[in-house]
Amino acid sequence: MGIELLLFAEETVATAPSGGASLILLMTVFVLAIFVGVEIITKIPPTLHTPLMSGSNAISGISLVGAILATGSGGYLGATLGLFAVIMATINVVGGFLVTNRMLEMFRKKKK
Amino acid sequence: MDKATLIDLAYLVAAVLFILGLKGLTHPRTAVRGNLLGATGMLVAILATLVNQQIMGYWLIVIGVIIGTAIGAVLAIKIAMTDMPQLVALFNGFGGGASVLVAGAELIRLQPAEIDGVVVAVPIESSVAVAIVASGLIGAVTFWGSLVAFAKLQELQAFRKPFEYPYLKLINAALAVVVLSLAVLGAVFPQYLTVYFLLVLFASVLGLTLVNPIGGADMPVVIALLNSYSGLAACATGFVLSNTVLIVAGSLVGASGVILTSIMCKAMNRSLQHVLFGVLQPGEDTASADEVYGGRVKSTSAEEVAMLFETAQRVVIVPGYGMAVAQAQHAVRDLANLLEDRGTEVEFAIHPVAGRMPGHMNVLLAEAEVPYDQLKEMDEINPTMSQTDVVLVIGANDVVNPEARENPKSPIAGMPIIDVDKARTVVVIKRSLSPGFAGIPNPLFALDNTLMLFGDGKKAILDLIAALKE
Repeated sequence: MGIELLLFAEETVATAPSGGASLILLMTVFVLAIFVGVEIITKIPPTLHTPLMSGSNAISGISLVGAILATGSGGYLGATLGLFAVIMATINVVGGFLVTNRMLEMFRKKKK
Repeated sequence: MDKATLIDLAYLVAAVLFILGLKGLTHPRTAVRGNLLGATGMLVAILATLVNQQIMGYWLIVIGVIIGTAIGAVLAIKIAMTDMPQLVALFNGFGGGASVLVAGAELIRLQPAEIDGVVVAVPIESSVAVAIVASGLIGAVTFWGSLVAFAKLQELQAFRKPFEYPYLKLINAALAVVVLSLAVLGAVFPQYLTVYFLLVLFASVLGLTLVNPIGGADMPVVIALLNSYSGLAACATGFVLSNTVLIVAGSLVGASGVILTSIMCKAMNRSLQHVLFGVLQPGEDTASADEVYGGRVKSTSAEEVAMLFETAQRVVIVPGYGMAVAQAQHAVRDLANLLEDRGTEVEFAIHPVAGRMPGHMNVLLAEAEVPYDQLKEMDEINPTMSQTDVVLVIGANDVVNPEARENPKSPIAGMPIIDVDKARTVVVIKRSLSPGFAGIPNPLFALDNTLMLFGDGKKAILDLIAALKE
C-alpha cells in the first residue's frame, strides 16, 4: 500500500505537462513574453486592429492545450468539464483563425 | 531525448510561431502569412499535447474537436463583416469559458483520492492554487461579460437597454468583495471544491453586472478589455498546468488587449475607470439642441451635392458607425471610384473609435475593396483638412463634433476629433439631427459651410451616384 501511495503522489506531481518547471521560471517566461507582446503590438497599424483582435483571440484559444490535458483527469466530472472546454476552445481557435484569414484576404485584394 | 523534452521543444516552436505571426500583422502585405504562422503554431502545440501519455480520453477529444470545429467554421464563414464585433466578443467568451473549465478539471484531479480504501491527499502547491482561482475568476468574468457584449452588439431585444436596478455601483462593489474573498479562500483552502464553484458563480454574476450598463460608443473599449482578459485567463491556466506555451500565448494576447484598450481610451479622452463605471451625461453647460441648431441648419439635395463634387479637387470621406448600420460600404466605394475616375482626389479619414470595435471601419472598407493606403488616420489627415474642398460625413457624429476642441466644459472636451469643420464645405449624411452617443447637439451641423443631406446612408449615396452620372 505504501508503494501505491508513493506512486499516486509521484503521478500527481509529474503530471505537470512540461516536467514541472519552477514558479520563478514560469514568471520569467511570463514577464518576458509581455515585453515581446508590447513591442510587437504597438507597431501594428490601426488599419489592422480588428484582425489583430480576432487573431490574438484565436491565439488565446491555446487553452485548448489545457483542455486536452483536462479530458483525461478527475473521473466523470473532470472529463465532462474537459469535453466542454475542448469544444469552447476549438470554436475559439478554428473560428478565430478562419475569420482573421477571411478579413486579411480582403485587405490584400487590390483594385484592378 | 525523452518525450517530455520533445513536447517542451514543440511548445517552444509554437510560441515562436505565435510571435512571428503577430509580427506579420504589422503590415497588410505580410498579415495573411502571419495569421497562417499563428495557426501553424497552434497546430504544433496541439499535436505535441496529443502525444502526451497522460491523455486518456482520445474519443472525448475527437468529439469535442469535431463539434468545436463545425461551430467555429460555420460562424467564421457565415458572419457578415458588419457583425464582426459581436463575433469577436463571442469567441472571446469561449476562450474565457474554456479556462474556467480547465482550471476546474485540474482542481478535481488534485482532490484527495481513495486508493484501496485509504484516502490519499496530495498537498496542492499554493502557486497552483492561486493560479486556479485566477483562471476561474478571470475566465468567468470574461465568459459572461463577453456574452452580454455579444447580446448588446447583436442588438437582441432584451439587451437594447441596460437592465436598470437601484444601487448599481453598490451591488457591483459588494459582488467584487465577495468574489475577492472567495478567491482568497479558494487559494488558501484548495481542497474545498465548493469554494471554487461559488467563486465561479459569483464571478459570473459580476461579469454580467459589469458589462450590463456599458453600451454604444464605449463598446470598443469593453471588447478590447475582454480580449485582454481572455489572454490573462489562458495565462493563469498556464501557471496551473506549468505549461509555458499557454503562458507565452496568454501574455501576448493580454498585452495586445491592454494596448488596444489604452488606444481606445485615449481616442475618447476618457479613463478606463470612467468608461467602465462613469456615466456620460450632458453637462449643465451644454447648449440645448434648439440653441445650437435654431434655424441655421441647411438641408440639401443629392443634385446639389453632386454639383459640389463636380468642381471639387479633393474629397475626404469620414465614415462612422452609421455606415455600418446602413450597410453602405459598397455604395461608398462606388462613389469614391466614380469621383476618382473624374480626376478628384479621394481619401478616407478614420477615427480610432469609429464603429463598435478597434479597426471596424477599416475592415468594412477593405471588404468593399477600398485599398488600405487610401484610409488615413486622424492625425495624418487633420493637417490637410483646410485644403479639402468637400468632406462627406457618413453616420459619424461625436467624432466630428468641434465642441470637443472648443468647449472645455463639454462632456467630450479634449477628445481628439477629425477637424472636418476646417474644410471648405462639409456634407453630412444623417437620418435626423438626433444626438450621437454622447447625447449632445453638434454645432457642426449649424455651421455656415455645412450642408445636411437627410436620409438613409446607403440610399443617399446611391442618389448621389445617380446625380453625378447625369
